[in-house]
Amino acid sequence: MLAFLLRRVFGMVVVLAVVSFIVYLVFVKIPGGDPAQRIAGRTATQANIVAIRDKLSLDQPFYVQWYKMMQQLFTGKLISYTDQLSVVGQIWQGLPVTFSLSLGAAVIWLFFGVLVGVISAVTAGRLSDRLITVLALIGVSMPVFWLGIILRYGLAERNSLFPDGGYVALTSNPLQWFYHLLLPWVTLAVLFIGFYGRVLRSNILDTINEDYVRTARAKGLSARRVLIKHALRNSLIPIVTLFGLDFAAVLGGGAILTETVYDLHGVGFYARTAIGNLDLPPLMGVTLYGAFFIVFFSTLVDVVYAWLDPRIRVR
Amino acid sequence: MAEPATDFTLDSAALLAAEEHEVSIVGRSPTYLAWRRLRRNYVALFSLVVFVLIVACCALAPVYAHRIAHTGPNEIHATELVRVNGKDRQVVGGGSYLDPKTNQFVVRGISVLGPTWWHADGRFVLGSDALGRDVAVRLLYGGLNSLKIGIGSALICSFIAIVLALIAGYFRGWADWIISRFFDLIWAFPVLLLAIALGSALQINGFHHFGINIKPGSLWIPLLVISYVLIPYIGRPLRGQILSLREKEFVEAAVGQGASPLRIMFSDLLPNVASTALVFFTLIIANNILTEAGLSYLGAGVQPPNPSWGTLIASGQDQIHTAPWLAIIPGIAIVLTVLSMNIFGDGLRDALDPRAKVRVEH
Repeated sequence: MLAFLLRRVFGMVVVLAVVSFIVYLVFVKIPGGDPAQRIAGRTATQANIVAIRDKLSLDQPFYVQWYKMMQQLFTGKLISYTDQLSVVGQIWQGLPVTFSLSLGAAVIWLFFGVLVGVISAVTAGRLSDRLITVLALIGVSMPVFWLGIILRYGLAERNSLFPDGGYVALTSNPLQWFYHLLLPWVTLAVLFIGFYGRVLRSNILDTINEDYVRTARAKGLSARRVLIKHALRNSLIPIVTLFGLDFAAVLGGGAILTETVYDLHGVGFYARTAIGNLDLPPLMGVTLYGAFFIVFFSTLVDVVYAWLDPRIRVR
Repeated sequence: MAEPATDFTLDSAALLAAEEHEVSIVGRSPTYLAWRRLRRNYVALFSLVVFVLIVACCALAPVYAHRIAHTGPNEIHATELVRVNGKDRQVVGGGSYLDPKTNQFVVRGISVLGPTWWHADGRFVLGSDALGRDVAVRLLYGGLNSLKIGIGSALICSFIAIVLALIAGYFRGWADWIISRFFDLIWAFPVLLLAIALGSALQINGFHHFGINIKPGSLWIPLLVISYVLIPYIGRPLRGQILSLREKEFVEAAVGQGASPLRIMFSDLLPNVASTALVFFTLIIANNILTEAGLSYLGAGVQPPNPSWGTLIASGQDQIHTAPWLAIIPGIAIVLTVLSMNIFGDGLRDALDPRAKVRVEH
């Protein structure tokens, strides 16, 4: 088990290093031209450009530049090109917002996803199942940001049932925190509720045909008990995997659209502003931050599986 | 010695059936069986019809839109008057104007022409945007761009994913290791962030490496970016399937006959994963249209004034208080298109995988 764990952690570090290298290449090599000139802006003097080139060591080979940037990132000295603020500090500032958004949305989508999946599996083929299937499909087919715009316009701007975007810290006012985040949570959760409901429905219908479920019924257990204790338990395994990865993606900047629509100044919002300015260091920081969560959670899922099922460790 | 007719003759199922119902059982190909199942799924067929209609409407926009709306997608009519129901109405009213009495500039919120439906001889059917462009025409041309990107990237993405999965599954070993790590690497990025990062980096100067020249603002940028970031979504499951097929006897037989790797990959392995690939292809079209909308909304996809459903929503958001339909209508177009493709993809999967059919009928 220890060897497996070490192997996975080592793999994780390698993947993150390569990811950061690729991000660097994407932003320095793909645009072409002189990055110093791009950063300095339209009205830069030659001295300005030289100073920037010198400061960011842009005259060195790109792997040296990459190394320097990574060094700065880990010592917290990485500074954004445009506003001269520390990247790590800015990401740190956005963290509470992104975490609040992701956690709340995750609770909603997991609860309703499972509820919807169970209801539609139990009533498979009946009206409620069909209705849920149609609603779930519509939920999956909606652009998140469009739903956000409509909800914000209809519920916050036209009749001010909800606050019009923005974020209130949990520590300053828990009630306002909840009130401000309710719409973003629902917006972000809708897609996942539809998706999880559909996956769970087909999983349950698959497991219900298994022999051990029939055995449990034959023993005289009630249908409800068999469903909850036997069928649901096994059907939830793929959901746990999905949840681990989706939650990581949302934490790691996947909520960028929701954050943009509701003016939540989280990590995704930070990335969006950086994109507008083509500000390399913040984008590098955020992408690495996102990749960290994704790689970390997928390693976690693998380790948990290996712990549950010893056969996987050998692979 | 003549055999007496006994009860012990082993009649084939076909013979038995022919005796009983006087019909013979005909061998059916899997494709035909799948088509028969799909044919009975009216919802899926209806969705396909809806999707094809939407594609046709958008694809033919350059042919007919001009005759009805008398304008193109980027033509500005802000200062013009339109006759709606016999009354002249301004396309874009308000804004800042010089007050003749006080001789001062007055700034007022602009008001745009709402949907005229058919009361203005086909002009401004869905109203006008803030610059005085015809929303209906932009919706059609925008749809054309969105669908080009959605379907085009699905084609490229599936093609690359299938080829990579075939190479990984057939050669195994080193090739498989490299391709799997390539999938892992793309998978390690947050999809939307990677797409946005690539999209916005490419928008600066375009792409001018390896003899490929793409100008900034080209539709190829979002198209290629989306196909690139979604490769592992198709490639990974296909690779798994091909790896297990590779162990089957028929592949061993083909190797024994001396078939070339290319032949085994494309005429032995590929047909066996074709149904999976087809289902993924339809579902990824839906997914790509959504991704394009998100990218364009954030400014990293289709570049204005070139319309797409995502950019239309983004620009409509600015007028949401005075003209909410500007943001709502393109969204409805996206939902309809994506929904139809999702439903059809589900139906296709049920038809191609009979086990799934059993599951649904349970």
